[in-house]
Amino acid sequence: MAQGLRDQTSIVGIGQTEFGKGLPDTELSLACQAISEALDDAGVAPSAVDGLALFSMEDGREVEVARNLGLGEITFFGQVGYGGGAGCGVIGQAAMAVATGQCSTVVAWRARKRASAASRPWAQVARRIEGAQAWSRPFGLLRPVDEIAMLTRRYMHEYGATRDHLANVALAFRGHANRNPRAMMYRKQLKREDYMKARWISEPLCLFDNCLETDGALAVVITSAERARDLRQTPVLIHAVSQGIPPQHQVMTNFFCDDPLRGPAWTASRKLWEGADLKPQDIDVAQIYDAFSPLVPLSLEGYGFCARGEGAAFTEDGALAWPNGRLPTNTAGGGMSEAYVHGFNLILEGVRQMRGTSTAQVTDASSCLVTSGEGVPTSALLLRR
Amino acid sequence: METSFLLPQTDAPESAEFWTGTAAGELRVQHCADCGAARMPPRPMCPACHSRTANWKAMSGRGRIWSFVVPHPPLLPAWAEVAPYNVVVVELEEDAKLRFVGNLVAAADAPLNSLDPATLAIEAAVQVAFPEPIDGVVLPRWVPIGAGRP
Repeated sequence: MAQGLRDQTSIVGIGQTEFGKGLPDTELSLACQAISEALDDAGVAPSAVDGLALFSMEDGREVEVARNLGLGEITFFGQVGYGGGAGCGVIGQAAMAVATGQCSTVVAWRARKRASAASRPWAQVARRIEGAQAWSRPFGLLRPVDEIAMLTRRYMHEYGATRDHLANVALAFRGHANRNPRAMMYRKQLKREDYMKARWISEPLCLFDNCLETDGALAVVITSAERARDLRQTPVLIHAVSQGIPPQHQVMTNFFCDDPLRGPAWTASRKLWEGADLKPQDIDVAQIYDAFSPLVPLSLEGYGFCARGEGAAFTEDGALAWPNGRLPTNTAGGGMSEAYVHGFNLILEGVRQMRGTSTAQVTDASSCLVTSGEGVPTSALLLRR
Repeated sequence: METSFLLPQTDAPESAEFWTGTAAGELRVQHCADCGAARMPPRPMCPACHSRTANWKAMSGRGRIWSFVVPHPPLLPAWAEVAPYNVVVVELEEDAKLRFVGNLVAAADAPLNSLDPATLAIEAAVQVAFPEPIDGVVLPRWVPIGAGRP
């Protein structure tokens, strides 16, 4: 059996803009700033970049990015769809392209301006709703939070999960953000009573079960593990990567299949661990996609950290909190407290943990799981050093 | 105000029969004409046998609440006016795998916020109801049954 992608490629550079609301620059400009910083971090010349990997939702397209950054000849470019589910899949595209020789050095990025109310996708309405959303939006299931709240209520009913469990997620990530000067919630403390008194957004989910709305951009540089050894940063190995769409899946409104609570994470998980020398119990630190707090227990189950229905209980006793939790998770604050840039910030935090430079550094961490959006076609990544 | 609610496209070839059904007071579900498998939401091909021929059968319209949410603002203006309201997913009595997103209301033409959200419960029995059309579209609603209700 072939090695697959195991440790053949590395992330050798990371870069990002500031996070904020109402940043003046365009998404294209933000993307170029983050990529430029990532190339500097890696010590890679723009002319050495011959591959581009990005989200299909990305506004700054390949040619514009290449023209602004002065890149040379590009021989690989690929996009992955489904918004927040794409991030680790974008890294996977890059790793596959390098491992198969289609190119040698890839930049991958996400730039997004989401902080202004006018940019909320759910508020942009067509006169008549077509396709899958015709079966939900006309009934007032308007926003992503409403769609995930529907799964959450059922999850709570079936498995006895409570708001205290969801608060465990929100509070752990906020605590991590309070250590991270770049996080949007760096100076904003959150206590359990604040969570319990917060206004509803879509019952059973309150304000603090939701991710932030953020303008910003992040980028990484990927090359072969062999070439990485000659570069300036501690190389971070891409150990395994996977994508997942389960049978009869429907994006966000996954209410129509046989088992709606067994989401795309389960498919991506099977393929991820098949391609890895590691098991869930070997993982030192995790970055789990958190557009909404309930996605964390659902993902803990999907990726095999506990049995079906035990994800909520897994969060008890500070399990997700640095430094003493059994699985410190979203150690820069995640989408709920650092920034919500479709989860690309989770990938950069995974890299920092492997470099030993996180603001909530897990001692001697040598392996990190990163996941992308649950509830949509998804992807996952195992990093190690 | 009514017309500022979002409405579905009702003339798509794979789903027009559903909306013809609600206008006629029936909850119709697409069934494969060859293998008989039911599918919801509608689509052009049967995932079990790849047949592209389908029949539409009227269902009982009786079901149970599988889950529900209570949205609060920020919302689109028409919904913000009636918030908090409920959105339910109903599974049908004949086949629990046939599920519909909808709203539980006191009567077919009652407003979306006509029931106290505190009275909603997973597993509660419900019956489909057909209100007056909005711009020619009848969106099926659901009303409680049993437990002292008619």
